[in-house]
Amino acid sequence: MELVLALGIGILTSSGVWLILRPRTFQVILGLSLLSYAVNLFIYAIGRLKVDAPPIVGAVAGAASQYDDPLPQALVLTAIVISFAMTALLLVVLLASRGITGTDHVDGDDGE
Amino acid sequence: MSGDWARHLIIVPVLLPLVAGAAILLLKERHALAKRVAALGTATVLLGVSILLLVQVASAGFAGHRATTAYLVGDWPAPFGIVLVLDWLSALMLALTSTLGLTSLIYATARWDRAGPRFHSLFLFQLMGLNGAFLTGDLFNLFVFFEVLLAASFGLLLHGSGKARIKAALHYVAINVATSLLFLIGAALVYGVTGTLNMADLTDRIPAAGADDLAILQSGMAVLGIAFLVKAGMYPLGFWLSRTYSAAAPPVAALFAILSKVGVYALLRVYLLLFGGDDGGAANFGEEWLLFGGMATIVYGMIGVLAVRTLKRMAGYSLIISAGTLLAAVGAGQGDVLAGALFYLVSSTLGVSAFYLLIELIERREYDPLIAGEPVFDDEYAGAPDELETEVGVVIPATLAIIGGGFAFCALLIAGLPPLSGFISKFAMIDGLLNLGQTVPPTSWLLIALIIGSGLAILVATSRAGIDLIWGPSDMPTPALRVSEAVPVGLLLAVCLGLMVFAGPVMRYMERTGQSLADRKGYVEAVLRVSRTQARADRP
Repeated sequence: MELVLALGIGILTSSGVWLILRPRTFQVILGLSLLSYAVNLFIYAIGRLKVDAPPIVGAVAGAASQYDDPLPQALVLTAIVISFAMTALLLVVLLASRGITGTDHVDGDDGE
Repeated sequence: MSGDWARHLIIVPVLLPLVAGAAILLLKERHALAKRVAALGTATVLLGVSILLLVQVASAGFAGHRATTAYLVGDWPAPFGIVLVLDWLSALMLALTSTLGLTSLIYATARWDRAGPRFHSLFLFQLMGLNGAFLTGDLFNLFVFFEVLLAASFGLLLHGSGKARIKAALHYVAINVATSLLFLIGAALVYGVTGTLNMADLTDRIPAAGADDLAILQSGMAVLGIAFLVKAGMYPLGFWLSRTYSAAAPPVAALFAILSKVGVYALLRVYLLLFGGDDGGAANFGEEWLLFGGMATIVYGMIGVLAVRTLKRMAGYSLIISAGTLLAAVGAGQGDVLAGALFYLVSSTLGVSAFYLLIELIERREYDPLIAGEPVFDDEYAGAPDELETEVGVVIPATLAIIGGGFAFCALLIAGLPPLSGFISKFAMIDGLLNLGQTVPPTSWLLIALIIGSGLAILVATSRAGIDLIWGPSDMPTPALRVSEAVPVGLLLAVCLGLMVFAGPVMRYMERTGQSLADRKGYVEAVLRVSRTQARADRP
């Protein structure tokens, strides 16, 4: 499981970095989204991977090792909400830029 | 009872702009006057509260009591719950933010707040994000408040619309979203090693980190540091700054003058708290990066300020120079250098903010930069400029003399020439650098040369531009200057004058701030131990 997660984060990050270096605005937005997925998975992984372990203490409290770390999950939730809002905002700026400059190049002109 | 009331005052700078901003959103766009009054009232109350907090800290601190106070937002004890911390540095930054907030808002009421919709709410949310970032005692909440202030700044940057702003905003948003991701990676790495995100708790645990974890911890801090340095505008990371700020509407740019200082603040707070001590393997990590990066930033800013042809870009590069000076001073050493650097932070931020406001008054003669695009939303107020031409308001005579005088004052202030506060702060920094140890290291000499040289570069650039634009013969009609435009500039410059006249008490405050930043144990005790007992005592 560790290997799959690590590979997933790696592939998402590398695709994301490649995409944000591209000259088209839509590619940049996709790249930022992929990067934010990678970061979310990364934050989750930092709380150690555990299967079938609840993050909340039930009626009978057991040893701490029986539970998953709840804090990274809370952090990921916050990060998801924020990156969702930022992506929406970036989309608006993208559309405005496309409308005003007539091109989808990040610098507003194709250099032609 | 009065003590109880004062204890809750610390939450006001975060809550009040949030509530007021949300309430203003409910008003329709055509109730412009009501919006203005509500926003101005909120900004005035914020200034009052932040001055109260500053006095509270200073009176407690100078009387020999503990100046740092922690406030438990959810009444959970500190390492678990959210905690706000008020100390010398955050009280200072709060007062600076609300001063800039009020003056920029007064300036905006002259005409800029009607160039687009929802200006006042965005402005108040921006203030909330700034205040929250300065008050929080928790790494993840710092991230959240960074996002609040960034989201508001995106909206404010686009205020007034137009091609230049949209192009600048596209870059600014993309860079900042990517930076936020770096912030998250850094915070996650730090959490992975220490198991906490509370800054006081982190200070406690980092010296105990094992040798195996040290590499992860340091890479986490390095990633975090890059995120802060992008905000601060350090040399290879700060190319976005000048162009973005020059595209923004003038009152927005005047408020943005403090935005790059947020990065410097975060660095000061997190770096000095977590790595400032002499214990553990992580101590003094990355100091030389700050020093050399800061010096490179000064050089870059100097070249920029001499090369650009517009005043707005010039103001952007002087912001970069001031960020570089601050970063290098933090990297060079602590104690008196830090006190001088903090003085410089306050004085240069006020100076550049006033400069941005003045620039618009000067350049209005050449062309009218107020751009209103096609309306995007139904309730958007388009076509404001034409209508506004008719309501001129009270016009001040001798406009040119006032603008010219203000410009010269600003130039002296930013360049750091005597007798103004810019000079006093630079002098304090250089004095601190010379008294660091028995011998002065060559890097300190280099930094001193750069601090003086950058002042010269700014002076050359501003006087060249000033002669060109203000004192040279011109066929342009003299612009009409409204009271609401002259007053904020005057206020900002008056504060700088006050800093100069009362340099003694101000310097004492800065010295105590520098000492409190070095006193990591005091911070940890105030947040962790005291808040625990306080929480227990408060329960009935």
